[in-house]
Amino acid sequence: MSDAQAHDPSIEEFDTAPGDEHLDGSGVAQGVIGYLVGLVLAALLTVVSFLLPAANLVWPPSIPVALIVLAIAQMGVHLVFFIHITTGPDNTNNVMALAFGVLIVFLVIGGSLWIMSNMNHNMAPMSGTMQMGP
Amino acid sequence: MTETVALAHNDPYALGHGHGLAVGHGGGGPASKRIIVGYGFWIFLLSDIVMFSALFATYAVLVERTAGGPSGRELFDLRGAAAETAFLLLSSFACGLASIAAAARSARWYYIAMAATCVLGLGFLALEISEFARFVSDGDGPTRSAFLSAFFTLVGCHGLHVSAGILWLLTMVAQVFAKGFRADIMRRLLCFALFWHALDIIWVGLFTVVYLMGVYV
Repeated sequence: MSDAQAHDPSIEEFDTAPGDEHLDGSGVAQGVIGYLVGLVLAALLTVVSFLLPAANLVWPPSIPVALIVLAIAQMGVHLVFFIHITTGPDNTNNVMALAFGVLIVFLVIGGSLWIMSNMNHNMAPMSGTMQMGP
Repeated sequence: MTETVALAHNDPYALGHGHGLAVGHGGGGPASKRIIVGYGFWIFLLSDIVMFSALFATYAVLVERTAGGPSGRELFDLRGAAAETAFLLLSSFACGLASIAAAARSARWYYIAMAATCVLGLGFLALEISEFARFVSDGDGPTRSAFLSAFFTLVGCHGLHVSAGILWLLTMVAQVFAKGFRADIMRRLLCFALFWHALDIIWVGLFTVVYLMGVYV
């Protein structure tokens, strides 16, 4: 409980909250560099997302997949460099919560799209006209 | 001495006597308050993201139901969306700098970074509000079609989160001004920074799914 124990980096580095900073005044440059790397990577992915579809560089049907991959990559950059999700021992809780959240997000979005496209497919003659009866 | 050893034997993880001794995997006792607060707020953010996923699913299902009205391709201005993206990303970066300044106990840099975060966030909001106003004045408000209802719900909900975030930001500036970098204020700052970064993550999905895929796909 003494100060020596509280500031022992080998103890502190294993115990982090999401978004936690480990600065005692000396690591400022390190922290700023971390955020700068995140900013540059995120900006790069954003610029590619905006320019790629208009640039006629890729096979057009692959554009939605490319955009989604770029978006997921950028979310990963935000999680690592801005929210500081790590693989450290006490970040396990945060990672597990994140994994559960991601599971629910994919179930909700993927499930909705799957079910609705099936329904649209089964009701194909109805769509557009909306005319009922004989 | 024997007494201490016996105590350690009965209570190997020193439960209730944590604070600064935790070494991961629960060893050394319960985590500090800051870690528990951050974890709890992280779970709230994930539930918020799950709520947004329902709005994203609604939007994706309704995106082609334009009821004879304009589609995203005719409505969206990608330069506006790019400017909004730049504002929010830079705002997130400035928020990170504010966290660093607070961790280093530098009040001056904390105020400067929070002011930058606030101005960039307000710039984002101004662009979004002007876009909404343009749609509504052209007769393409949320009542025009199912697509536009879903659009205004999804993007508007994110905009409301940003507005709430700016109010929270101003509160955190005032609290640091009034109370300094106390432990409880630092925990609130941690939660605010998490909230602000999470808004940027949701915006990444939003500009991809709504604006880019609306125009190009």
